[in-house]
Amino acid sequence: MRGQSHDMVQLLTPEGELVSHDEFEFTGSTGDLVGYLRDMILARRFDAEATALQRHGELGLWTPLLGQEAAQVGSGHALRTQDVVFPSYREHAVAMVLGVPVTNLLALFRGSTGGDWERLETFKNYQIVIGCQALHATGYAMGIQLDGAVGNPDDDENAAVIVYHGDGAASQGDVNEAYVFAASYNAPVVFFCQNNQWAISEPIALQSRIPLFERASGFGFPGIQVDGNDVLAVKAVTDWALDRARRGEGPAFIEAFTYRMGAHTTSDDPTKYRASDDEEEWRGRDPILRLTRYLERIGAIDDAWLASVEDDAKEFGSQVRAVIPELQDITMDRLFETVYAEPTVALEAQRREYATYAAGEEA
Amino acid sequence: MSESLTMAKALNRGLRRALQADPKVLLAGEDIGKLGGVFRITEGLQAEFGENRVIDSPLAESGIIGTAVGLCMRGYRPVLEIQFDGFVFPGFAQIVTQVAKMNMRTGGQTPMPMVIRIPFGGGIGAVEHHSESPEAYFAHTPGLKVVSCSNPNDAYWMIQQAIQSDDPVVFLEPKRRYHVKDAVNFSAKPAPMHQAAITRYGTDATLICYGPMVKSCMDAAAVAADEGTSLEVVDLRTISPVDWVTVISSVRRTKRAIVVHEAPLTLGLGAELAAKLNEELFYVMESPVLRVAGYDMPYPPARVEGEYLPSVDRILDAVDRSLAY
Ligand SMILES: Cc1ncc(C[n+]2csc(CCOP(=O)(O)OP(=O)(O)O)c2C)c(N)n1
Repeated sequence: MRGQSHDMVQLLTPEGELVSHDEFEFTGSTGDLVGYLRDMILARRFDAEATALQRHGELGLWTPLLGQEAAQVGSGHALRTQDVVFPSYREHAVAMVLGVPVTNLLALFRGSTGGDWERLETFKNYQIVIGCQALHATGYAMGIQLDGAVGNPDDDENAAVIVYHGDGAASQGDVNEAYVFAASYNAPVVFFCQNNQWAISEPIALQSRIPLFERASGFGFPGIQVDGNDVLAVKAVTDWALDRARRGEGPAFIEAFTYRMGAHTTSDDPTKYRASDDEEEWRGRDPILRLTRYLERIGAIDDAWLASVEDDAKEFGSQVRAVIPELQDITMDRLFETVYAEPTVALEAQRREYATYAAGEEA
Repeated sequence: MSESLTMAKALNRGLRRALQADPKVLLAGEDIGKLGGVFRITEGLQAEFGENRVIDSPLAESGIIGTAVGLCMRGYRPVLEIQFDGFVFPGFAQIVTQVAKMNMRTGGQTPMPMVIRIPFGGGIGAVEHHSESPEAYFAHTPGLKVVSCSNPNDAYWMIQQAIQSDDPVVFLEPKRRYHVKDAVNFSAKPAPMHQAAITRYGTDATLICYGPMVKSCMDAAAVAADEGTSLEVVDLRTISPVDWVTVISSVRRTKRAIVVHEAPLTLGLGAELAAKLNEELFYVMESPVLRVAGYDMPYPPARVEGEYLPSVDRILDAVDRSLAY
């Protein structure tokens, strides 16, 4: 696979065999892995439900995460309460791991709200303009550092930031400026790049002539490539990057080598630009399948467990569908109120004008 | 307590007070530390407050503004210096797609108490990209506030008010007036930032202006007075939101208005002012609102900028046309 380095960190093969690595090991328990598998299955279910909701006209758009569950669940579990996430627009599984209600994500893609969701202090609202959030994350990390919240002997006082961006985003000026600022100020930020091989229709080859992780050294911080479909490896590598950031050792770059199995968004048609044997190959690397194989083999899960998770997923799916009619659209009044923190006379006049007009319409 | 200061020094004093008053205030920008900025507005501040409060930034405008978004989210109040007007554009996307929208997108949960200081406008004989007037781009963007000081007293107070504001403020500093001295009153309570000022009372027509054009309009009014014409001058001080109460009440009295700005004519602030006055005072005014502005061309080479910029003569010419109706 082009761009895949022989240094890529992998701890669990596609066949579900554990492999060892010189520098990284998965330190969690089997129980943790069972939990991750469950998270991945539920995330896949949520994604499928949201895609279907879009097809039924309930959402304006959906950005599927199919295939990227391990990259997201693995990295999400490396986060601690004090850490802060700056997502792009596809990090649904990270949101779920952190307990952000999925209704918030649905409301955004439905167009009911603009992104004012719960838990905003730890999981920032989605970013559509490619790469902008890399700078926000870096600035936030600079703030953490100014606050003295890195490098303290008591690790509970330390925090770090993780920012998610794509392989296409790595071409953006903002993302590169973020790397520069992060390096200049040694900011506690982890750049988590999900290289899902495609930026809509453009392959990674168009974005970079070298494996993306190799770029990091040019900015002056470590970069590492990890098998993004291996939840153990992703967790181990993200733990390492976040730990060093919290210790005050500065930024790191993680390239999670993965694949977007589905369309870019529900408006996209991948058959126009990519070969089906590619997809076939990646299907063989499925993150859920390999962890299932491993856990079955060691007897940590069995058919009964899988059936019960399947029941949970069904139940969760119906909850997701049931939520849609309950979503409230934001009001014009609330929008007028939040354009500015300190209202302006001119906009208040427009608000009254709107209210008068709307009252007349109703009458 | 009052002292005569240049606008540059007044801004420096204002920033210093803001840094003293609130530990969350920090300055960032290119060359603002040891050098004190290319216009020396931040001179001495890094020595006094340290490198963590007065931060030299890498040469990346989007980076400066984008990281400030994150700093705001963390509870800081960043005050950014853009070296020159023509260099704000690499950071423009962050300003209009992120800074301006964050409060509304997040339902009011993420205010952006950021100040973006931009030395703006022409008249200093500079090279390309050093003399522009980008205010309309920002004023057209909901979520931003845009202000421009025209004298040292306002510079001193308005910079502090902008920093205290929970909204993002694009703070335009008329660079050709940086070295003009005037009294700064350190004790008198200043007017609210978004209130326009009537800097000269008159009865025959109102000149509406801001930033670098306030002095030109005052000069024009002095010349007109010698010729027997009484002009009122309104210094908007704030470009977004415009203080319509002051503007409309002035024009209601004088019945004539001329808007003066350096920025190109078409779709400039003058267009908005003319439209609004037309809506409000259609039956009151004796003549249409006239505009004196830069021409619709990229800012010209320095040796011809005198032809391009609104001059006292061009302003008086427009006054004559207005009075002739
Ligand atoms: C600045 C900007 N340009 C273009 C787009 C349209 N667009 C949305 S997603 C996308 C591709 C991004 O690819 P990548 O960064 O690899 O992320 P992925 O979608 O694969 O996760 C493009 C071009 C945008 N949102 N923002």
